[in-house]
Amino acid sequence: MAKYLLLKHYRGAPTPVNDVPMDQWTPEEISAHVQFMQDWAARLEGTGEFVDGQALSPEGTFVRYDGEGRPPVTDGPFAETKDLIAGWMVIDVETYERALELASELSAAPGAGGKPIHEWLEVRPFMTEPPTITE
Amino acid sequence: MDEVLLRTLTPTVIGILGRRGADFAAAEDAVQDALVEAVRMWPDEPPQDPKGWLVTVAWRKFLDATRADTSRQRREVRTEGEPMPGAGELADDTLELYFLCAHPSLTPASAVALTLRAVGGLTTRQIAQAYLVPEATMAQRISRAKRTVSGVRLNQPGDVATVLRVLYLVFNEGYSGDVDLAAEAIRLTRQLAAMINHEEVAGLLALMLLHHARRPARTGPGGRLVPLAEQDRSRWNTSMIAEGVDVLQTALARDRLGEFQAQAAIAALHADARTVEETDWVQIVEWYDELVRLTGSPVARLNRAVAVGEADGPRAGLAALAELDPALPRHAAAAAYLHERDGDPVTAARLYAEAARAAPNLPERDHLTRQAARLNAQLRS
Repeated sequence: MAKYLLLKHYRGAPTPVNDVPMDQWTPEEISAHVQFMQDWAARLEGTGEFVDGQALSPEGTFVRYDGEGRPPVTDGPFAETKDLIAGWMVIDVETYERALELASELSAAPGAGGKPIHEWLEVRPFMTEPPTITE
Repeated sequence: MDEVLLRTLTPTVIGILGRRGADFAAAEDAVQDALVEAVRMWPDEPPQDPKGWLVTVAWRKFLDATRADTSRQRREVRTEGEPMPGAGELADDTLELYFLCAHPSLTPASAVALTLRAVGGLTTRQIAQAYLVPEATMAQRISRAKRTVSGVRLNQPGDVATVLRVLYLVFNEGYSGDVDLAAEAIRLTRQLAAMINHEEVAGLLALMLLHHARRPARTGPGGRLVPLAEQDRSRWNTSMIAEGVDVLQTALARDRLGEFQAQAAIAALHADARTVEETDWVQIVEWYDELVRLTGSPVARLNRAVAVGEADGPRAGLAALAELDPALPRHAAAAAYLHERDGDPVTAARLYAEAARAAPNLPERDHLTRQAARLNAQLRS
């Protein structure tokens, strides 16, 4: 089994096919979308492939060390940050192909007009533990 | 297996071990080990005398740990033949545990974890699941908390306010897992109210009961958030409401108002209205005035502005809101609501969308997005 991170972006991913802001959908379309996401996660728990899923607020701040005894320096939040993560799913699957298949299913979540969003999701393999047997 | 009984016995058994000479940290560890064993064994072999079983097993765990701990000085431990303490003494032990676990030297998160384990009798795994952290992390948090309070003598009088804050947090910020933390908070507050006669303990118990009574109506299909005004009030738990109102009235009769009593009074007024139209907003505003006077809390001021909007019209509500910092959590959501009632759906839709972006959790975000979507759909047609 291998773990993959499925990243959903507020900004930074290519534009989806069905690109309408959520507050322009009908309330029923929003409910259908939420239900789809819940069902998808529940199904993956059922298949033993779900690890974690979290959503992030759009507000983010950059922070760095500024020397001994000095408070941290912060910068942002930036209204125009190119890349902004909205949330993630972690899945544990047999193959890379399976990871792509699942990400593609997730990307088909219904949006405006009840049609799939075709949202671009980023699939990133986790680094693994080094193997015990190497030769 | 009666898990609630097991939990109820936990502080009592810690107290008994303490009376036999074990310090708090060691006694608490031993009882936790005994609980884990009880969870494993009781379903197949339920004991005749659950408390006796727990005391025996916990005491053996304590002795094992003490003997195994060769690096420390040998402890002086009294023998097992000593008489059991009386019921009154055990209640005192339990009360002392509440104070110790909510000691002001602990951070809120540590106090919550320690209270749930030592007073609530939950296992580390259950607490970790509830707060979505790894079990090892929660175990570390609890053992650090125990080190922090290790110098505190068990018989020092504690501060009721800190205990209430901890119980409030358990009730209000419980997450997930197989334990119903809201119900657990009610159980612990009820137990506390039975041990000490304090108007704010009663106030908090009433507040919890009145809010818990609404729980069946608070979420719709798929965890959808249903706001108070739209809740099916026939699904509210009437016996829980009756108990909450009763507890509150007894507390209020003592004429020593506190923030939990004031909050409970507001909840009671909502509970009292069979339909949202029957809500006595004028009285609710008066209680918010009391709450603001007692706490000065900006959140109370924000909720007061919404109540003013209901009592005196949306313009009055918006005027009250205008005096508050727009950066306050849920400020945009409150403004959106009042603007819609004031007949300005364009501003309301914009503010709902803004509020959705700032929402601290997904059900709230979905709810606010749905509100924006509803208004935008109206505006299109």
